[in-house]
Amino acid sequence: MRNPLSKAVMSIQPSGIRKFFDIVTEMKDAISLGVGEPDFDTPWHIREEGIYSLEKGRTFYTSNAGLKDLKIEISNYLKRRFGLEYDYNNEVLVTVGGSEAIDVALRAMLDPGDEVLIPQPCFVSYEPCTILAGGKPVIIELKGENEFKLTREQLLDAITDKTKVLFLPYPNNPTGAIMEYEDLKPLVDIIIEKDLYVISDEIYSELTYGRKHVSIASFPGMKERTIVINGFSKSYAMTGWRLGYAAGPSVIMAQMIKIHQFAIMCAPTTSQYAGIEAIKNGDADVEMMRDAYDKRRRYLVHSLRNMGLECFEPYGAFYVFPCIKSLGMTSEEFATKLLNEEKVAVVPGTAFGNCGEGYLRISYAYSIDNLKIALERIGRFVENYRK
Amino acid sequence: MREQILKAIDKNSKISAADLAIMLGSTEEEVKAVIKELEDEKIICGYPTLINWEKIQCERVTALIEVKVTPQRGLGFDKIAERIYKFDEVQSVYLMSGGFDLTVILEGKTMREVANFVSEKLAPMEAILSTATHFVLKKYKEHGLPLVQTKTDERMLITP
Repeated sequence: MRNPLSKAVMSIQPSGIRKFFDIVTEMKDAISLGVGEPDFDTPWHIREEGIYSLEKGRTFYTSNAGLKDLKIEISNYLKRRFGLEYDYNNEVLVTVGGSEAIDVALRAMLDPGDEVLIPQPCFVSYEPCTILAGGKPVIIELKGENEFKLTREQLLDAITDKTKVLFLPYPNNPTGAIMEYEDLKPLVDIIIEKDLYVISDEIYSELTYGRKHVSIASFPGMKERTIVINGFSKSYAMTGWRLGYAAGPSVIMAQMIKIHQFAIMCAPTTSQYAGIEAIKNGDADVEMMRDAYDKRRRYLVHSLRNMGLECFEPYGAFYVFPCIKSLGMTSEEFATKLLNEEKVAVVPGTAFGNCGEGYLRISYAYSIDNLKIALERIGRFVENYRK
Repeated sequence: MREQILKAIDKNSKISAADLAIMLGSTEEEVKAVIKELEDEKIICGYPTLINWEKIQCERVTALIEVKVTPQRGLGFDKIAERIYKFDEVQSVYLMSGGFDLTVILEGKTMREVANFVSEKLAPMEAILSTATHFVLKKYKEHGLPLVQTKTDERMLITP
């Protein structure tokens, strides 16, 4: 029999998170600080709108790019929040979560051999999706001493004649790092001069603390070479609805819509109706959740530092990325031992790239009470191994 | 800072000043001082506990009474409201807009006790024109917190 599998798919390593997930599920009554999704329920007025759309029998396909009203609201929102101007008619695509938007953007832009710059540690899908789209992932290893921001030098070093796309994943999962105006500015002229395109994954854009999110697309000359990816999962606690979107220049968007049309048809209709309610009337919910995350963030950072773990101030997403190098263990060793000995699950930094070695991703999408119990156990564990 | 502290303790008054200070990026001393200030100014008026009495089989009835009154010259509704809220069995008194004037929320051991209060204490008051008593059958949510269901975390333990 012939090999049924493609070489590309076989070249992709299974997700490091998956491996750890299997160990954790075996463990009875473990406390997890390992999730990448909000602990809040989707606000009721949003859920109610989804239910209403079902009651009304709105169970048909929508147009490929998404409901017109939703696209208008997305376009208004991007203007209102980040000063970005997109024509809802041909510059916005509603997708099945931000994940689909990432995949479709890569497939629309890459030819075999095109290089894609991926700053790591980062979300797990950029590298495999690049390979599946025929591109060549080029990893930029971000550094703890730069608080995991991408620097001008690192970008320059990674660019070759074949570089076409740069990923900008900020606010960042897993590090919690953000890139502010002053951080992005030095990258802009290089991106334009070297004629790169940017996929800016801004799914956590609503979750920044004390600092406002800035989109690279808002810099002069950048809108025409940036695909902004965002969605409803993190800001409105809507992970299970699978609803995201991409906004960018119509030349690229037209081709993304083409792929989406053949591969997906359209994002779930119920979710799209709920999405309209979320983006129109959800500002207060976002604020409430952001406020709760911020309190937990401060609490977590404070407690980890008290344990003597080096921990830079994460201003975005809902993760803290403490350094455990002082304990002389690898990330995976630490996470496995912590799970076995104290029954607390955290994700080793290496699940998000090799340069995550020496770090852990700890999520604060948990109640304070839950965090307190877990932190007590982590504290005991750290103290044991310091001796 | 005052508003932030109030928002935080509105849902959980047991949170310690030390924890609150960490969460708000302040110091324990400052938080304590602000809370003291809020207590002195009667902005924080007390720290009651939200109890679901149904769960301990304790006989207790709650009634909501709509009251129409004649406001008194120079005193408006305040005087009559005070006469009502001074009774221990009265939990809350609100001045309302619309079809009646005061909402009185009453707790008693039995329906008879509530009925007696209304007929013997409340209704005969001179300024009171009429009352309409509604008994609470079941409490679902109080002070923003659901009393009936408990929620378990159904998320997968590890997700990217």
